Amino acid sequence: MTKESKELILSTIQKNARINLSDLAIQLNLPEAEVEAFITKCEKDKTIQGYYTLIKPEALEGRSVRALISVSVQPENETGFDHIARKLSKFTEVTDVQLMSGNYDLLLTVVGASLHEVADFIATKLAPMNGISHHSTHFMLKKYKEAGFQLEDKDDYERLSVTP
Amino acid sequence: MNDSQSLPKGRIAQHISDLPKSGIRDFFELVLSMDDVMSLGVGEPDFATPWGIRETAISALEKGHTSYTSNLGLLSLREEICKYVEVEFGEEYNPEKECIITVGVSEALDLALRALINPGDEIIYHEPCYVSYGPVIKMAHGVPVPVITEESENFQLHPEKVRAAITDKTKAIVLNFPNNPTGANLTLEQKKELAAIAIEYNLIVLTDEIYAELTYDERSISIAALPGMRDRTLLLHGFSKAYAMTGFRVGFACGPADLVDAMMKIHQYTMLCAPINGQEAAIEALRNGRKDMELMKAEYYRRRNYIVNRFNQIGLKCRMPEGAFYAYPNIEASGLTSEEFAHKLLREEKVAVVPATAFCTNGHKHIRCSYATSMDTIQKALDGVERFMERRKAKN
Repeated sequence: MTKESKELILSTIQKNARINLSDLAIQLNLPEAEVEAFITKCEKDKTIQGYYTLIKPEALEGRSVRALISVSVQPENETGFDHIARKLSKFTEVTDVQLMSGNYDLLLTVVGASLHEVADFIATKLAPMNGISHHSTHFMLKKYKEAGFQLEDKDDYERLSVTP
Repeated sequence: MNDSQSLPKGRIAQHISDLPKSGIRDFFELVLSMDDVMSLGVGEPDFATPWGIRETAISALEKGHTSYTSNLGLLSLREEICKYVEVEFGEEYNPEKECIITVGVSEALDLALRALINPGDEIIYHEPCYVSYGPVIKMAHGVPVPVITEESENFQLHPEKVRAAITDKTKAIVLNFPNNPTGANLTLEQKKELAAIAIEYNLIVLTDEIYAELTYDERSISIAALPGMRDRTLLLHGFSKAYAMTGFRVGFACGPADLVDAMMKIHQYTMLCAPINGQEAAIEALRNGRKDMELMKAEYYRRRNYIVNRFNQIGLKCRMPEGAFYAYPNIEASGLTSEEFAHKLLREEKVAVVPATAFCTNGHKHIRCSYATSMDTIQKALDGVERFMERRKAKN
């Protein structure tokens, strides 16, 4: 299978993980068995890290409040930022952990059912953690785009339905 | 008294009243009058113009760039075009004398034909083709000479057929590959053979390259770049298809200075210039639009494979088009003509396709299906075609 075909498979399922295998094979003009084998290989070697569904935050009661929290940490000998980042990523409230360049070190996304629940997590779990020197919380008010998808309703502008 | 009875007879010019009414017009009106149609009938991208290009156009309006431009078009756009054409099509042009910006490639073709044709000159073109070729030649007082491309020859233009159509009145050949409606393309070898014929008979070649970027396999250089062709070829192109800019109406022609100058004479007295906002958007498309264009092309590629495979699975033979965004299945297995097929499919399944009679006189065996529409619509429309064909098979 060519490099281009592999990239096409990955970019197609990144946009639509639910596409069925036979449609995917037809769209890319590849044998279904080859596509299946490649996806299985990618799942095994973690090139495909998981499948995620984009859902309106308000549709899930327990996760409707989100906060981005920038965290400055004291890097540790030998492990640097990894040890504390891994510790933070084990909390179920924390959905994303990223090491960043710039004025702070880690950027977390924390979700909860309410402002109070998120604040409670910060006060009782995050702030007291050894190695954290500073953190700043930004509650998310509205999301317009995520993972390449426009989240607002599309304009209802329509083309002519038939043209030469 | 009825007003129309007092109107003078013959007030419409003879060559215009002689133009046949498009038979497809009634069908188009029927489609447009219906709600909730799943349409495979649209000959333009379903993508909005990439945001970076739109943003540039908005910004230009905010700055008050609302004036005329030079008749030839903004020099900065012509410079970008000539750089692009050199890289993508393999031929160098001087932006000051050998490039003109037009209102879409349609105007470029019209200008070129009017600049070239003396009344009675014959112009060879291939059918099936875009609907305007024959009429535009007639409006320029030329004689259209269609050469039919056949399914058995992959809808490619057989050079020997062109040779057979040449008379002492032949002035030019019009080419459009990748082709609307068949999606066919020419091989480099065929381009070379056509170039040899053009040189042998001293003919001009107008090559409409509007779908050039939407070529899914290897792309060869333009016929304009073959030895001996530069001074007898007009390369016609635009931004509508590759950059999803149909409504901006920006096209261009590159060619020898005398032909471009002749086109400019007509353009300056009729159109004056292409709209400045579209021209500024086109500059942005050439400078920064390639990534968006490649993303759209990748999506067309997926849709092309899907639609062609589905037609063949359904039992409607469909060749894999090399370019553009049209599938051109043969519908003989339905036992219907293309117009009957299109009407019945529209009534029974609310799926719109275009009968090939819109593109050639003998288009009774094919329909054109655009895949410039969402995958979801394509899937639902093909489900409709499948149900339709199952009922046809049960009847026969």
